[in-house]
Amino acid sequence: MGGLDSSSMETDLDRPNIEEYLTTETIREVPKKLHLSDLLDISPTLTEAAGAIVDDSFTRCFKSNSPEPWNWNIYLFPLWCLGVVVRYGILFPARVGVLALGWIVFFAAFLPVHFLIRGHDKWRRKIERKLVEMMCSVFVASWTGVIKYHGPRPSRRPQQVFVANHTSMIDFIILEQMTAFAVIMQKHPGWVGFIQKTILESVGCIWFNRTESKDREVVATKIREHTQGVDNNPLLIFPEGTCVNNHYTVMFKKGAFELGCAVCPVAIKYNKIFVDAFWNSKKQSFTTHLAQLMTSWAVVCDVWYLEPQYIRPGEIPIEFAERVRDMISVRAGLKKVPWDGYLKYFRPSPKLTERKQQIFAESVLKRLEEK
Amino acid sequence: MGNTSSMLTQYDIEEVQEHCNHAFSQQEIVSLYHRFCQLDRNSSGFITGDEFLSVPEFAVNPLSQRLLRMLDGLNFKEFVAFLSAFSPRISLQQKIECDHYVFIFPIFFFFILPLFAVEHHILFWVVLFKVYDFNSNGKVTFDDILSVLRDLTGSFISEQQRQEVITRVLEEAGYRRDSSLVLSDFMRILGSSQLKMEVEVPID
Repeated sequence: MGGLDSSSMETDLDRPNIEEYLTTETIREVPKKLHLSDLLDISPTLTEAAGAIVDDSFTRCFKSNSPEPWNWNIYLFPLWCLGVVVRYGILFPARVGVLALGWIVFFAAFLPVHFLIRGHDKWRRKIERKLVEMMCSVFVASWTGVIKYHGPRPSRRPQQVFVANHTSMIDFIILEQMTAFAVIMQKHPGWVGFIQKTILESVGCIWFNRTESKDREVVATKIREHTQGVDNNPLLIFPEGTCVNNHYTVMFKKGAFELGCAVCPVAIKYNKIFVDAFWNSKKQSFTTHLAQLMTSWAVVCDVWYLEPQYIRPGEIPIEFAERVRDMISVRAGLKKVPWDGYLKYFRPSPKLTERKQQIFAESVLKRLEEK
Repeated sequence: MGNTSSMLTQYDIEEVQEHCNHAFSQQEIVSLYHRFCQLDRNSSGFITGDEFLSVPEFAVNPLSQRLLRMLDGLNFKEFVAFLSAFSPRISLQQKIECDHYVFIFPIFFFFILPLFAVEHHILFWVVLFKVYDFNSNGKVTFDDILSVLRDLTGSFISEQQRQEVITRVLEEAGYRRDSSLVLSDFMRILGSSQLKMEVEVPID
């Protein structure tokens, strides 16, 4: 029976059992003798490929459905036009004004505090925290955010991380206005990058770069250090690693779940009634995304702070991550898909193809034995 | 997504429907158009191999490279024609042709009827055959079958075992190692199998 490798343990530890989600094409109960027709019959594999072309669970996660137009009617259309005038002519300038004022006040307070108050670090950080929270509230007001928070508010303690599902960068702003988190973010270019470097550093944010391979270890060390520190802001991680359209969750990266500390799940669900808050980073820049939010009536959203979870004895980090993802998905009404969010940027690992090859090979060999 | 069905006129839809022999309903064609636009990220009018491979479920399929040879650079009409191979709907026209043959040429009843096995769309056979027939010369040889089996089983069976398996089943079916199979042979061999070949198009 030579030539059949046993499935490597490394594959099992790396990801949850994909077979639970994907069907195997050979479900034959009793192995029968192998005929030419069986060998030539590649129809299950072909059909799987065609099925993937027609519709696949990964692309669905990043699809934003254009909203149904409700203004198709003779009396609804003028109403809609009036709405456009109000939104673009009155609300948008007012919001931009509020935002600008907010920035001015923020910088007027932040810059002196950041550069002048030396020595009283504890006070300085407290004031900076409050200022960041205030700035985020201004942001939320600038899109008329109607946010309902459920559950106990996060408390500042060491040895805890917060994890949440990710739809847009505004997730961070929404959570930040309630509690000053230190967040892990992808390094961005432009004005966002500037803000990242100057202001968010003060809250203790950690940067990573998806495209750098050695980056992961560096970030992992920084995370570990942060959670040990007593006076640090609670750490917020988005384990999906990318923005998803708020109807699905992709697989959580295990980094946040192997720190040996409490994991507090946070579920965020946006109501698409006025605007779809999903930021499709391939289709729009963050500025365009913000402008879209600021020219709509409101951003409605629910945030649930769920019970802190600890890794159970005998549970590996990947299972822990899946368990927490379950909790968040159920709470926010999202469907789970077994794909890694990074597949948006990279090709799938050849191990997945090998797994399929192994299943087919096993069935062929088994049937070969039959007389 | 950006592209709505307003980009596709009624005339376009009917043209595409004709081209695929009415394998899809008009609603399904609109749905496929949305999907085509979603996959064709740079709006070039055709989906490149890279864009297909960005669908993880497709990229992990062991036959993806072979299918890409047929799929690369297809425009929307051709894309739908390809997918019609997997449509559960067989056109009325082809059914009539089948009955026609049965009446006019009763002698060929035993040969033609299995060929036009009613459940299986003719295009499906062509796609299946073309996956094997890598150099497109209309013949599938021992090496072609070996190549496909290699793609399907990877390193989990030794090369020698693969050759043994194929030789054995070929001989059992009455062929020699240097025989080559054509399309009608495939249809005959696989005609009575339970082939799984239907794909459902979700309607938005």
